[in-house]
Amino acid sequence: MRKHNMIAMILAGGRGTRLLDLTNKVAKPAVYFGGKYRIIDFPLSNCANSNISVIGVLTQYESVLLNSYVAQDQRWGLDAKDSGIYVLPPREKSEGFGLYRGTADAITQNIDFVDQYEPDYVLILSGDHIYKMDYDAMLEDHKRNKADVTIAVLEVPLKEASRFGIMNAHEDGRIYEFEEKPKQPKSNLASMGIYIFSWPLLKQALIDDLSVEDSNHDFGKDIIPGFLNSGKRLFTHRFKGYWKDVGTIDSLWEANMDLIYHRDELNLADPSWKIYTEDITVPPQYMGPNASIENAYINQGCVVDGTVINSVLFTGVKVDKGAVVKDSVLMPFSHIKSNAFVQRVIVADDVVVEEGSKVGKESGEIDLISQNC
Amino acid sequence: MINVLGIINYDDASVHVAGLENYRPIPSLSFLARYRLIDFALSNMTNSGIKRIQVYVKHKPRSIIEHLGSGRQYNINSKHGKLRILTGEDSIQSEAYNHDITAFLQNMRFIEDANQEYVMIMPSHMIYTVDFKGVYKQHLETKADVTVLYKTVNNAHESFMGVDTLKLDDKKQVLEIEKNRGKYKNRHISLAAYMMSRELFIHLIHLADNISSLYTLRDVLQEQAPLLKMIGFSVKGYVACINSLKEYFRVNMELTDYNIAKELFRDEWPIHTRTSDSCPAQYTPTARVNCSIVANGCFIEGTVVGSVIGRGVVIKKGALVENSIVLEGSVIGEDVHLKNVVVDKSAVVSKVKELVSDDSKILYVKRQDRV
Repeated sequence: MRKHNMIAMILAGGRGTRLLDLTNKVAKPAVYFGGKYRIIDFPLSNCANSNISVIGVLTQYESVLLNSYVAQDQRWGLDAKDSGIYVLPPREKSEGFGLYRGTADAITQNIDFVDQYEPDYVLILSGDHIYKMDYDAMLEDHKRNKADVTIAVLEVPLKEASRFGIMNAHEDGRIYEFEEKPKQPKSNLASMGIYIFSWPLLKQALIDDLSVEDSNHDFGKDIIPGFLNSGKRLFTHRFKGYWKDVGTIDSLWEANMDLIYHRDELNLADPSWKIYTEDITVPPQYMGPNASIENAYINQGCVVDGTVINSVLFTGVKVDKGAVVKDSVLMPFSHIKSNAFVQRVIVADDVVVEEGSKVGKESGEIDLISQNC
Repeated sequence: MINVLGIINYDDASVHVAGLENYRPIPSLSFLARYRLIDFALSNMTNSGIKRIQVYVKHKPRSIIEHLGSGRQYNINSKHGKLRILTGEDSIQSEAYNHDITAFLQNMRFIEDANQEYVMIMPSHMIYTVDFKGVYKQHLETKADVTVLYKTVNNAHESFMGVDTLKLDDKKQVLEIEKNRGKYKNRHISLAAYMMSRELFIHLIHLADNISSLYTLRDVLQEQAPLLKMIGFSVKGYVACINSLKEYFRVNMELTDYNIAKELFRDEWPIHTRTSDSCPAQYTPTARVNCSIVANGCFIEGTVVGSVIGRGVVIKKGALVENSIVLEGSVIGEDVHLKNVVVDKSAVVSKVKELVSDDSKILYVKRQDRV
């Protein structure tokens, strides 16, 4: 097998409990976002655009859909001879069946997979975040700093810093301290959960971690502090731009609205950094004689004959005559029937809002509509 | 499983879509904002279970090669299926010699080597959906030499000009083939789509060549019709023939009506095409859009009525696009008014604010033009 300089491992095993019914049957990375995408399209497309050609995807919670989704590696152009996306759910081993006990353990249990490619570096990513990032530039930083670990960081408002893992670093970017959700943050550089490790070092650390009794087998809690304590070279890589962890219905709604109100921030129309996704065969979008579209993000396959204001419509959504959709996110193939009124909600995929129904409210929390109504 | 080799033939020499055809062959004409004409013929074939397909391309093969690729988007298996693009070598003598029979003769080895017992030959400029499994079944049941697809229409005096019509007996046997001169409303329009045994197909190719070096497949079939058992297969549902700029325009406009388009776009019969990986269409607060088809990647700030807007088109503030077709990547500038216009790919209309024509004449803006 051809030796690879850097391969990526995407941690995609989490449920995302606060996304309620959206993650009943699928893991959080498979949740829909932005009219045609799933969250995991972002790290996968970033990898493809950063010239990373081998990606392992660590899945665990409700992984059937996610596994089959990412295995279609041609969607991200990763089906060439020396590239591929490899699905790595927990497996049965001679010593028994072991679930992934933590983020680090997921990699530990797949050391054999990584070793096949003899990489110099391993990029660890989360499958939960929405952003565009050039990992190749991060690797350049890693090499220039002669770092053992490089951690992508983003500036957050200081008053919010206590919600994040905060990196305290010298001016040259060398990290001297890591604080998980500090009450009194000393800096506003939040870890994005994106790490580049020199593989031989990481491999040794993972093996050592197995024999630490009270370890959580977690990158943030165990591996990174361990590297710091042993005097390794940890550096930050500054990220500027849009980054979002959509953990709740409200934040998922908000991130979708960002595409309408802050269209230049994530800018999915940039031809130099496309986000790739499943190509669902549907006709183009139809705007009927009674359609009224105002401030919207609408994907192909939609048929709109009603009113759509400040909303995101995913693949194949139907909004019938007389229906009004305001400040809402309609997931694939949902159907808003005539004279229904939909406001400030996320409508889950395939859900039908019946004729004349009224869902949502003018203000307050965003409702998730996951049952026909 | 049907034992059929699919062949996408040259479009009839009479098919001319003024302006657009200067830049690409008819099969790769952009259609309904995100398709190319050939997507319909190919989707019909692969949806019907035809696994090996030959596409004959006469001129300018670049766009078609790029669009088709390995054919994966049409569900063609990359190992036991095959999508083969074949080009006829241009004759040195005259354009008149560059017809389908010449191309078949030049690629005879690929026709002879095929394993399929039957062939299904069709052009790409006829737009409809059909399940060839039904055609195959009828072909075997009737023991026909040739099964020819047709559509019974009541508007032959306006559309389908110059297209073959079939005179049928009550058993749908073809008695005669003649051109539609627009004299009658009700005609059986030939879709120039034929199923026959591969053996007969090869025989007809050689026969045509022996009779006249200018004979096309259509010519030899017309001549042989009385001697062959040629049976019609009636195609139901929407049928259009894109054989002129006028028809190209009319059909695009007609299909902006979702109730008509539904006949072409059925859930169980997907029309496949190549994805451009563009983001959803963006409509700003100033956008107004009605009775239109819009492709992904568009950015719309202006007003669009009764139009077909291709991928990645930008329509700026104050612009009014009425009854027009704007192809991929074009920009319609601020306060520009278009009516009855076809704007070819990557053009910019910004300086001239009024490009308005009445219904009888369609304006055409060239590819990459600055207007």
